[in-house]
Amino acid sequence: MMFVPGNNPGMMADAHIYGPDSIMLDLEDSVTMTEKDTARLLVYNALKSVDYGDTEMVVRINPLNTPYGKKDIEAVVKAGVHVIRMPKTETAEEVREVEREIERVEKEIGCLGRTKIMAAIESALGVCNAYAIATASPRMMGIALGAEDYCANLKTQRTPDGDELRLARETIVVAARAAGIDALDTVYSNLNDMETFRKEVEFIHTLGFDGKSIINPRQIEVVNEVFAPTPKAIEKALAVVAAIKEAEKKGSGVIAVNGKMVDRPVVIRAQRVIDLAIVSGIIKEEDLK
Amino acid sequence: MNDLKSRAAQIQEQAHKMNKEVFNQASYEKIHQQRNDLQMSSPKLATLEDAIRKSGLKDGMTISFHHHFRGGDKVVNLVVGKLAEMGFKNLHLAASSLSDVHAPLIDHIRNGVITKISTSGLRGTLAKEISKGLMEEPVVFRSHGGRGSAIASGDLHIDVAFLGASSSDPLGNACGYSRSENAKSICGSLGYALPDARYADKVVILTDDLVAYPNTPNSISERDVDYVVEVDSVGDSSKIASGAIRDTKNPRDILLAQLAAKVIVNSGYFKNGFSIQTGSGGASLAAVKYLRQSMIDRDIKASFALGGITAHMVKLHEEGLIGRLIDVQSFDKVAAESLKNNPMHKEVSANEYASADEPGSAVHYLDIVILSALEADVNFNVNVLVGSDGIIRGAIGGHPDTAADSALSIIVCPLLRGRIPCIVDEVTTLITPGKSVDVIVTEYGIAVNPGRPELAEALKAAGLNIVDINWLRDKALSIIGTPAPLPFGDKVVGVVMNRDGSVLDVIKNIED
Repeated sequence: MMFVPGNNPGMMADAHIYGPDSIMLDLEDSVTMTEKDTARLLVYNALKSVDYGDTEMVVRINPLNTPYGKKDIEAVVKAGVHVIRMPKTETAEEVREVEREIERVEKEIGCLGRTKIMAAIESALGVCNAYAIATASPRMMGIALGAEDYCANLKTQRTPDGDELRLARETIVVAARAAGIDALDTVYSNLNDMETFRKEVEFIHTLGFDGKSIINPRQIEVVNEVFAPTPKAIEKALAVVAAIKEAEKKGSGVIAVNGKMVDRPVVIRAQRVIDLAIVSGIIKEEDLK
Repeated sequence: MNDLKSRAAQIQEQAHKMNKEVFNQASYEKIHQQRNDLQMSSPKLATLEDAIRKSGLKDGMTISFHHHFRGGDKVVNLVVGKLAEMGFKNLHLAASSLSDVHAPLIDHIRNGVITKISTSGLRGTLAKEISKGLMEEPVVFRSHGGRGSAIASGDLHIDVAFLGASSSDPLGNACGYSRSENAKSICGSLGYALPDARYADKVVILTDDLVAYPNTPNSISERDVDYVVEVDSVGDSSKIASGAIRDTKNPRDILLAQLAAKVIVNSGYFKNGFSIQTGSGGASLAAVKYLRQSMIDRDIKASFALGGITAHMVKLHEEGLIGRLIDVQSFDKVAAESLKNNPMHKEVSANEYASADEPGSAVHYLDIVILSALEADVNFNVNVLVGSDGIIRGAIGGHPDTAADSALSIIVCPLLRGRIPCIVDEVTTLITPGKSVDVIVTEYGIAVNPGRPELAEALKAAGLNIVDINWLRDKALSIIGTPAPLPFGDKVVGVVMNRDGSVLDVIKNIED
């Protein structure tokens, strides 16, 4: 998910050419108070007029307790945004508040249920309420960690190893998995240190995150490389899925591949590897048939 | 007896038969002076004014310059200023290129000192004024190879060449670098000055580092030089060559560079012993960086890199990935230093680089070239000279030479620059004909010349996003709308020569 400032038309116009899976146009922290209205208008028009193809479009709105939050929701829902990202989410009630606001606008324009919600968790209270937030609305599609505010709240600072974020990260992944939604990791802002960035992406990939937030197109390649399955994993996954299909034909439930028993979790993992390989462009969907 | 005295009559007779004099030792005087005292002197040393006077320059003649000092050049302004002071009129200024720093020429044009210009490019206010119709006679634009050919054939006859050098000895052995402690400037290769040195009637070297004879190894040979003038400065070092690798951070340039590298790797030309050249744009320079990894991964080595040599190229050469560097112009200080120190890094003249007439010119042996563009059109024609606002703002360089003679020419060009579309129906000015352009890489997709269907297939099979060039044009228009037509007048302010000496296009004046 690539963050793009909502007050920069040039960046908004061509953010998708770099191939991020999802673009988050920001109305919150990257836009100064004096530019909130301008940015909202720009984001509205970008969503309406730029052909983003099949990129998932997300807008980070201002909190509802500011004068901008409601206006943000109204504009971007009307512009057809896929996901509204809530900043600094601490309770399930905040999610429901945003949900009610979305519903009001959706009813007005006749597209009830179109807009999804993602919540950024950026405080200790938010981490404690992670599961409640993740399950606060059927519109919830993911939760994400916002590390800078979280560290400030925790009275610590970010370190290269990220020890201070470990609990928050693990809590968010577990809550997301329990709720059946996605978990997204925080940004890494030193563009000149690609090595540490790569280590961090590898680490959060191991933790089970579904993706990473990024602030520059130069970071896309690393994330894609880390998240792309290895040729060996793909080969194994294809064998598992082929064996399952064969077994289904014969009506047998339990199968073995290379002498190992294959049960449901193995099949689910295999399917996920194949899906990832397809979206990463490593294998083609038509080749599977 | 058979001594010298007894043979005197026969010597006399023989000399008479051969119509020669008899040697007379009395007329021979040996100089006993310690020679290193002489190493700093020669009859060629002169002031600029004396050199001009002795050169026989007259009103209406052609003077020439090179542009290796780029934006830091002080030679053109210095010499033309002196010529104006001496009262010269009606001169033809034939430079290998001109840039922003040459704005003082505007006054010399208004005052009739310069009435004709031949160059590869124009930039800045001089370019703007000329685009608006400053000169009565159109500026003649040639590619680097085209200029070399025109000078060699006499099409472009140079009466007096004024060539800046970072070092020269008093006889005129000159280089684009200096090995002395007093080195003030470095530009590396003097490739674009070499045709002038060889073919001009008179050659004046201007240097800010006069060194003792012999200044070898040398670029320009004393045999081609008539006068040597010592000056305070030939150029502002900081504007001649940047010190380090220019690494673009612009994500769009990086994307274009990565795509260009992928095109190369999957083109069928990426084989051991291939040869490559890159243009001066950020994206084409950066493409080498991405190509490097593929060269390592697949154990592929290039036989040579050509053209404007960059720090990236030098690095690949030093890593053993590129065999030789053939350098007509050093793009940065790293390249200039490498040329100075490494015999495998060879300086070549514009003719040896890109002349269409010389079967041995390096471009004939070039596999792949990556070039940039101001605009490309749906027929793959490319413009690198005139901006989309109708104002001259670039240089032809070696663009058409390398595109025409390479096996695979790749143009990297963003679809849009701000609100300017770069893939258009028809280029503002034709510089490189579409037939010589194979691939155009944009951030929205890659277009392959319909004349290269096998290439399109190969790139498609490699998973690259191959699109129709018309689709790119439509895409650009759908984003920014159709631009208003440019307000061109009827006066021809520039003529674009093809590299074979034929006329390719004309540039008309732009109105306010």
